[in-house]
Parts: sequence; C-alpha cells; structure tokens
Amino acid sequence: MDSFYEWFKILYDDTGINLPFLYDSYDRGRMFDGFLMTIKLSLLCLFFSVIIGMIGAWLQNSPLKWTRRFVGGYIQIFRNTPPLVQLYFFYFAVGALLPKIDNGYGGEMPLLGGFAWAVISLSFFAGAFNVEIFRSGIEAVPKSTVEAAEALGFSRLQIYKDITLPLAFRVMLPALNNNLVNLVKTTTLAYAIAVPEMLYEANQIWSDNVNVTEMMIFMLLAYFFLVGILVWGMNRWERAMKIPGYG
Amino acid sequence: MTTNEEMPMVSIKDVHKSFGDLEVLKGVSMDINRGEVICIIGPSGSGKSTLIRCINALNDIQQGSILVEGQEVNDPNLDKLELRKKVGMVFQQYNLFPHKTALENIMMAPIRVLKQDKKEVEETARALIKKVRLEGKEDNYPGELSGGQQQRVAIARSLAMKPDVILFDEVTAALDPETVNEVLLTIKELAEEGMTCILVTHEMAFAREVADHIYFTDRGVIVEHGPPTTFFDEAKDPRTKEFLSQIL
Repeated sequence: MDSFYEWFKILYDDTGINLPFLYDSYDRGRMFDGFLMTIKLSLLCLFFSVIIGMIGAWLQNSPLKWTRRFVGGYIQIFRNTPPLVQLYFFYFAVGALLPKIDNGYGGEMPLLGGFAWAVISLSFFAGAFNVEIFRSGIEAVPKSTVEAAEALGFSRLQIYKDITLPLAFRVMLPALNNNLVNLVKTTTLAYAIAVPEMLYEANQIWSDNVNVTEMMIFMLLAYFFLVGILVWGMNRWERAMKIPGYG
Repeated sequence: MTTNEEMPMVSIKDVHKSFGDLEVLKGVSMDINRGEVICIIGPSGSGKSTLIRCINALNDIQQGSILVEGQEVNDPNLDKLELRKKVGMVFQQYNLFPHKTALENIMMAPIRVLKQDKKEVEETARALIKKVRLEGKEDNYPGELSGGQQQRVAIARSLAMKPDVILFDEVTAALDPETVNEVLLTIKELAEEGMTCILVTHEMAFAREVADHIYFTDRGVIVEHGPPTTFFDEAKDPRTKEFLSQIL
C-alpha cells in the first residue's frame, strides 16, 4: 500500500499532477473523514425525508381541512425556495433564536451545530418533494382494492400500511429514486455552513496545496461514483419489487 | 340472542340512499333468512349494487334501517369491524391485493383483522384453495391468474373470515364466458352448504337454479319478487315482463 501512495508522490514530482489526498496521510485522513461525513449526511437525510414523505402524504388525506392546508403550505415553502437559502435560514435565523448552551469550557455554543441543521434542512427540503411523490403513488392505487380491504374489516391505518403504501411504492419508485439522487447531490450545500463533508474537505486540501484543478476533477469523479452506486442499488431494488402482472 | 334462528339474518326496511341529488334507492325493504340464497336482478342503474353495498356499510344510507343479525347498520356509532366480520363481499373486478400471492390474499385478513394464529390460518387457507379448486396456484400472484381463478381466490378470501352472509356484486360480469361457469359452480356449492348468499347478477339461468327468492329492482324500488318458478313464469308487473323478455 505504501508503494502505491509513494507512486502518486513520484507522479507529482515528475508531472506536477498533485494528488495529496493520496500520498499525504494527513490529507488522506481529511478526505476520508469528508467522505464518511457525506455518507452519514446522505443516509440520515434519505431516511428522514422518506419518513416526512410518508407522514405528509398520510396527513394530506386527513379529513381535517387545516391539516391538509398545513401540509400544502409546507410543500409550497420548501419547493419554491432555494435549498441554500433554506439552509441559511435554519442555521442563521432559526439557530440564532434558539437558546445557547454551555460548551463545557465556560463559554457558550449553539444548541444545534451545522451538521444537525444540515440534516434538518435537507430532510425537509427533500421531504417536501417526497410528500408529492408519495401522494402520486397513493392516488395510483385503485379505490376498488382499498374497498376490498375495507370490506374485510381492515382499519384505515392497516389499509395504508398493508395495501396502499406497498402498492404506491412500486408506482412511485422511479420518481422517488430521482429525488433521492438529487438529495445526495444537494448535501454538498452543507459546505456553506461549514459541515466538513467531502466538498468542504476538498476545499481545505486545495487551499493548502493550490491544486484546484486536480481536486475539482476528483470531486466530479467521486460524486459520479458515489451517486452511481446509489442509482445501481435503487434500480436493483426497483426490479426486486416488481410483481408479476402488475405495473 | 336466543331468537337468532327465527329472526331474519338481514332485515332491510324502507332504505333510501342518494348520491347528491340523485336518489338511487327509494324505499327498499327485504328480509333474508339464514341459509337463503337471494338474487337481485334488474336493469343497470336500478340500484342493485348500491343496495348490497349498503349492507356492509361501504355506502351509507340516508333513511331506513338495515339490521344484520340484530346489528343496526344505519347508526353513526356503527362498529364497522364487527359488521364486516359477519358480512363477506365478492366484487365484480375481484379486487385482489396484487402484491400478495393467492394464499397470502386469503390469509391476510384473518391474521391482521382477526389476529388469528398464522399457522392455523395457513391451514384454513390451503383448505379453501382446495375447496375452490385452485391447488397448485397458492404461490401465484393475481396477475398470473385468469379472471375466473382470481374470482375464486376472492371467494376463498371472503370465506376465510368465516362470514355469516356473503354479498356477490355481479361477480361474473367481468369474466370470459367460458370461465363464468367455474365461478358459478363454486357459488352453487356454497349455497348448497347452507351459506347465506345475496347476489346481484345477470345470470338468469343461474338465478333460477340456485335462488330461493328473486327480487327485481327498477329505478330504486323493488318492482316484484318471489320464488324463481313463480317469478320467471308468472311475472305480473309489465316492467318485469319487459325486462325478462329482453334478457331471456
């Protein structure tokens, strides 16, 4: 392994192509931490945004007018504003309004850090789209199928969980996958509030090494492969969910 | 309830039902006794399907009373679960759960709704599959079955809940002519076993053979009713005569 890293050092000396995140152990650590942070951020946001989508779509079918309006308002706000503005709004506006807590050294620190705000903000952002995606899937489930479950004595919640959601899922998977791919790419915005994810760490490295060109190329490829793996997994999932004679 | 045997299983009295301004049922009454097979016939739009959908509260009614084994259906505090345990239903379009196999379709409600033991339910379900002559199709999805096969799964699914009465809503109307008979045969066997059945149907020969009593509905009212022989051979009302002359 050491000779592999050494090779990139020689590459730099010979050609000027500078990839310190391979030959330098400190930069390698930074890059790897950034990678892990991106994965962590992505998984948490994927999880929460899907939960928000499921609950939101359920509430949109509520018999209460104000519940439906509230969900509708949430979707409008988060769909019609840029995610970066939302992130700043949460981090700087909402964050400033929350009480400060003791940091253990006699000073104060905000209740929630950049990472927590990034998870909250991006989950709500992608969640707004997920509500609409879930709704379209739910509307595609035939009313007669739901009626059959009603006639068998299923409760509203049982029908949603056992019949509507599993069928809606199959219809909406392509749209959901699209949105989740977008979400993973949008995690780069967390850079703006200093969450040390992959792009942020890359910036640190190019600031120290003045190798912007190399780092930019590497970033593009890194995200290409990261999202590629996600898309591959999603496609497999889509195929596994297929049922004979349906959809 | 000690008088259970004597009182009608389903008692419908002066039922009115409207969809908005359109009055579909204009005062319908009928009694169905335990073990009876009732066929409701009539032209499209006469309210046949609406009527039987009121019996298990898939449709609500505006006026009148429907008693199912003494339970009033037209009650804002109706325990729908209790009602639907007693009343099974089979639909025109089968309405199976497409993401579940034939066996799972049958097992789902007893497990989820009645909270019965999975092993016992599976035994019952396999017996029901056999009863509707679908052995070997247990693990097929509805999309892999023919219409007639799907409809028989739907009947088995309804039977798994051990209902006291089953509603059949034009269950052969969507089938190919050659598969109609396999479904009718299954229903006939049920009727012979003493299952109380309420059928909306266009199969006149079947109605004549199987029914204990026939009701003819037109424009929201029951025009004429009687046992099959009297009904088909000695119809009195001109509307009944006209309908029968068109269909027979």
